[in-house]
Amino acid sequence: MRLRPVAVLLTAALAVTGTACGAKSSRQNDRGAAATAGPLDPNTKVTITVGCRPPKTAKAERAAWDADVKAFQAEYPNITVVGKDAFPCIVPETFQAKLAGGQMEDVFYVYYTDAQKIIQNRQAADITPYVGALKRLKDVNPQFLKALQDGKGRIYGVPRKGYTTGLVYNRKLFAKAGLDPNNPPKTWAEVREAAKKISALGPGYVGYGEYSAGNTGGWHFTAEIYGRGGDVVTPDGKKAAFNSPEGRAVLQTLKDMRWTDDSMGTKQLLRWEDLMRMMGSGKLGMMVGAPDVAVETFLNFGAEIEDIGATTLPEARASLLGGDAYMINPKASPDQIKAAMLWLDFRNLTPGQGQFDYKRFKEGGRPVGVPENLLWGDNASGAQERALRRQYATVPVDNFAPYEKGSSGVTPKVEPPNAQAIYAILDGVMSAVLTRRDADIDQLLADAEKKVNALLARSN
Amino acid sequence: MTVSHGGRLRPAGAPRRRLGLAVRRNLTAYGFLSGALICFAFFSWYPMAREVVLSFQKNNFVDPPQWVGLDNIRTVVQDPAFWPAWRNTAMFTLLALLCGYVVPFAIALVLNELRHARGYLRFVVYLPVMLPPAVSVLLFKWFYDPGPGLFNQLLNLVHLPGLSWLDSRDTALISLVIVSTWMNLGTGTLIYLAALQTVPGELYEAAELDGAGTLRRIWHVTIPQTRLILLVMLLLQIIATMQVFIEPYLLTGGGPEDATLSVVYLMYQYAFDYQDFGGGSALGLMLMIVLIVFSAAYLRVSRNVT
Repeated sequence: MRLRPVAVLLTAALAVTGTACGAKSSRQNDRGAAATAGPLDPNTKVTITVGCRPPKTAKAERAAWDADVKAFQAEYPNITVVGKDAFPCIVPETFQAKLAGGQMEDVFYVYYTDAQKIIQNRQAADITPYVGALKRLKDVNPQFLKALQDGKGRIYGVPRKGYTTGLVYNRKLFAKAGLDPNNPPKTWAEVREAAKKISALGPGYVGYGEYSAGNTGGWHFTAEIYGRGGDVVTPDGKKAAFNSPEGRAVLQTLKDMRWTDDSMGTKQLLRWEDLMRMMGSGKLGMMVGAPDVAVETFLNFGAEIEDIGATTLPEARASLLGGDAYMINPKASPDQIKAAMLWLDFRNLTPGQGQFDYKRFKEGGRPVGVPENLLWGDNASGAQERALRRQYATVPVDNFAPYEKGSSGVTPKVEPPNAQAIYAILDGVMSAVLTRRDADIDQLLADAEKKVNALLARSN
Repeated sequence: MTVSHGGRLRPAGAPRRRLGLAVRRNLTAYGFLSGALICFAFFSWYPMAREVVLSFQKNNFVDPPQWVGLDNIRTVVQDPAFWPAWRNTAMFTLLALLCGYVVPFAIALVLNELRHARGYLRFVVYLPVMLPPAVSVLLFKWFYDPGPGLFNQLLNLVHLPGLSWLDSRDTALISLVIVSTWMNLGTGTLIYLAALQTVPGELYEAAELDGAGTLRRIWHVTIPQTRLILLVMLLLQIIATMQVFIEPYLLTGGGPEDATLSVVYLMYQYAFDYQDFGGGSALGLMLMIVLIVFSAAYLRVSRNVT
């Protein structure tokens, strides 16, 4: 009997919840978009909230953002852009809560990793009829746009940054170990040899670092198997495809480096910040990553940016693409979407302006010259962006020449469906190989294959 | 006007006044209680109710939610990580109970016997509780480093081989138990110490006169005298350790090979990595039911004991 008040309260709470759900349902309005939306009426006043305004601690970036907003609003007086502070730009823990609570920005920031899931969950607006306002979208590498499209080719986001995964290395350690920093490894056999020499420099030096926890292990396994010409799932997305010679080769190389060569250090279960810290400390020789690692480790982990170089993934003809984009809140009005397109075009898709204003970066002390963003294909926009990057470079651009030159021959490849759930399973495989000398690669791949097949069967 | 009642005269307005007094007195009590009730309603009961609802829905927080029956529960039960997560959680709870229940009690017993520096030692024991949990966990990340980590350095000092600690399936879970025990040691010790200080000294004197040694005094005097607090602490500890999250989240990411994946960490993965709130809620609901059933059974059994 003593439980009765609790029961009453729980029932009441359930009733309130049900009512809330019902209320929300009734607020939904169906916004069927036209085939092609016309331009925004200059007399229509529109306000858009935009995510990822740099925080107050990043003074130069914030000043640049504010200046861009001012310039944009001068060009489009009917549009008001309200930037929302965020650092980091996206926190997965708050994404759903912001959507549920109606706090999600009209124009929100996403990583490519999350984009497909958001599209699948119908949590972003279909902006296909509106992208005509993006003057340079045709110059964007179509593979980056593909990461923001559904199976029918409908577009749900506007790319901001794109790159392919390569190999980042410490040039200073290369020189110290008697290796040529201008001639980084082109094959995995060469990676092994270089890693051995670097780890032989003494205690604390790690030749090659690799992730194996927090889903990052699965993420890098995907990058490496793509590089070797393999795949994680079959083209129809219904079966696992990594139990293959390429998958075995990825794991065998890691196993050899870890246990035969002892060139991967003793500490494993590493995650993103671990390798950043190690690269920043100057004792890590190589890691799979993109050139933005150089900027990240320089800004936040104490690295000397001149010491960092990058090349493409060894032997790679394809590589996992990475980067970020903006998507539109499905609750945004058509006018807000139109205004958002104008803002994104102004800020993110115009060489020499907004995020590509390298002159301003240089004046603000941010490193310029690292090929962090290979959004553009081999066209006029791409040529313009590359020329500006060289013109205002503050870092030795040749350190990244092997990456930039090689990238044209590497096809950016999107992540598999259910990426995070698959990465979680593949984390187990990676951690096994890196923590158990007796790890049976065939068995590990077979077990993981069964799990992924079951996952795909459930979700298809 | 007066009325006769039981042979005694009472003012006619007395019952009304008494009722008014009772209402006034209770109103004040309810007034004080309302703050806590509102807080619980908003921050505990409503989220719990919402979790129950979400467990049976597919909800993208944009379109109207769809009722999907037991689909979410089926999805998580079919996940190959589901049973390992429960097994790890149960094992963690058991080990954390062995260490985290016995060690603070033993320390409290020792502290209670001390004549000098008791205050200082109490402070030292309680110190880890003052550190934010994330700081404690990251501190142990360094202790466990197989290379320059503190623990392996200590082992090397006495010519013992270093361990892989977090990097091995065999030692990862117990490594997390050590962190958890260290983090929560202070609170348990202080509570046990407070309970020990309520045990009348005469009982120990009588036991001593009867020839009881230290262990028999603990068994026949200390434990029976503190059994209420011991039973409550046992229940609270089981409920808390079943919800282990921060240790695997920060130290191992659930690895190696899911060896430290806990139910709450899997719940986190569903909700935030896979963006499947339905699956995450279904797991939360299962854990809640397990804990409610366990607590009810425990209270029933312990009522007989006490």
